[in-house]
Amino acid sequence: MIRNSAAAMADALSKKEITSVELTQLHLDRIDAVDSQVHAFLHVDREGALSQAAAVDAKRAAGEKLSPLAGVPLALKDVMTQKGIPTTAGSKILEGWRPPYDSTVVTNLKANGIVILGKTNMDEFAMGSSTENSAYGTTHNPWDLDRIPGGSGGGSAASLAAFQAPLAIGTDTGGSIRQPAAVTGTVGVKPTYGGVSRYGLIAFSSSLDQAGPCARTVLDAALLHEAIAGYDKKDSTSINAPVPAVVAAAKKLDVKGLKIGVVKELSGDGYQAGVKSRFDEALQELVSAGAEIVEVSCPNFEYALAAYYLIAPSEASSNLARFDSMRYGIRVGDDGSAGAEEVMRMTREVGFGKEVKRRIILGTYALSSGYYDAYYGSAQKVRTLIVQDFAKAFAHADVLVSPTCPTTAFKIGEKSNDPLAMYLNDIATIPVNMAGIGGMSLPVGLSPDDGLPVGFQIMSAAMKDDLMYQVGGTLEAALLSKWGAPILTNAPELAAK
Amino acid sequence: MTAISRDEVAHLARLARIEMTDSELDHLASEMDVILGAVARVQEVAGQDVPPTSHPLALANVFRDDVVIPSLTPEEALSGAPAKADQRFKVPQILGDAE
Repeated sequence: MIRNSAAAMADALSKKEITSVELTQLHLDRIDAVDSQVHAFLHVDREGALSQAAAVDAKRAAGEKLSPLAGVPLALKDVMTQKGIPTTAGSKILEGWRPPYDSTVVTNLKANGIVILGKTNMDEFAMGSSTENSAYGTTHNPWDLDRIPGGSGGGSAASLAAFQAPLAIGTDTGGSIRQPAAVTGTVGVKPTYGGVSRYGLIAFSSSLDQAGPCARTVLDAALLHEAIAGYDKKDSTSINAPVPAVVAAAKKLDVKGLKIGVVKELSGDGYQAGVKSRFDEALQELVSAGAEIVEVSCPNFEYALAAYYLIAPSEASSNLARFDSMRYGIRVGDDGSAGAEEVMRMTREVGFGKEVKRRIILGTYALSSGYYDAYYGSAQKVRTLIVQDFAKAFAHADVLVSPTCPTTAFKIGEKSNDPLAMYLNDIATIPVNMAGIGGMSLPVGLSPDDGLPVGFQIMSAAMKDDLMYQVGGTLEAALLSKWGAPILTNAPELAAK
Repeated sequence: MTAISRDEVAHLARLARIEMTDSELDHLASEMDVILGAVARVQEVAGQDVPPTSHPLALANVFRDDVVIPSLTPEEALSGAPAKADQRFKVPQILGDAE
């Protein structure tokens, strides 16, 4: 049962073949059996999950009308507040904090009867591509425990690949949903910016952050997308418009007449040969399904990475100023003689990890007087050029595609001492965040050179999220009929320990 | 040419309220130099004629009526405080001797 899709679990629940309490217990047992190896979770809320499940079962027994995913369990990225549940964002500075309120995403999950199993591991404040920057240890990729599960949402993606949960929530600032999905053989979607409320999402870079669904199938991601998306008056950047019909789009299984734009600049040098070959094969599947392939050029994408590493740290340096040891989080050095500023400095030294400090200093520099125009100002101009590149490309194509990442999962420790090499992981995912459009990653096979999953990225214009689900659903169905079984059946069996 | 000196990094750390050891400063200064060298590329295409984009959406101020809505109780608001007294956050000395 735990290997099924969320849709199949929901179906079994609605036919009363299983209760939500039983389904939740199966996942809790799986977490107990394998999480000492995977370390996807920072906190497991056994009691809370079982009581949420029991509440759904009671409503079902009473004949109440329930949401499509009611009773299905989910893993929540630790960057989302959940009332009373430890929330750290992977940082030591928030150790022991229990938020007094629910994020809107959590409010929506609860309203849909989705059972929250616990909080998943992540790079500290979502800064990283491997979860190696978590203050609480690295998550391991279920495909090869010596490899990274991607980041920052490595815990969410790994929990899906290890069958600890059928659904998860991620957040994506520069690729933190899509890159982990790519390297774990799962599906991850960054909705249009403003499509899902950021209220209660611990901010990293406010103009780029976006929460979204993680799942093992495109349809499951769509079902979760519709459960969490929508206008929220608590988020001033939330879009006040109907949620795109992504579930219907995921079920269409038809791409006839659609134009698919291959982004010329997101290929070539630096892309692993096996990634390239699986990407090309997936394109052929779309051609066979009736889509038309066109090449598009986005010449300013080569500056996206540089602009991102100015904009995101700049916003982070401002957002992370709130961790001042005064109102919540840890406090260090308050011995009665030290002043507030000194306590602040000591707390932030101990509470923040290396990458977070690096980005705060970089952002402080980029925003400082005398350098502002040359760095932050120039990066904002590049952002305009990227938005323009996308606009031109979408004039020629309904969706754009690329490999999600240049390589498959790398070894833990391989890039942790080289920030620039680590930043390159996000080269194909960052432009989407800069323009605020939608992006999806889905698995398109195993790289012939190392046997590890390859991700295929589909990008759609703002509030046209349904188009990426339509293309993703069609491609997934074509690949499934070719393979005969889902990609995760190829992942090694994790022995219970 | 170095883009940034060790003293500048120390100044930034003070501005950002992060205490740093000498070895941390040494390490970060050399890393920052490499990173700034890489990100400075944005200047190649950031011409005078290109307007800046701060945000993917056109933002407008959002207003609501000035009415009381449910919010956190004082106990909830203070629940995460490292120190509190009399329904208030208790903080170290902010004026006077300590800097």
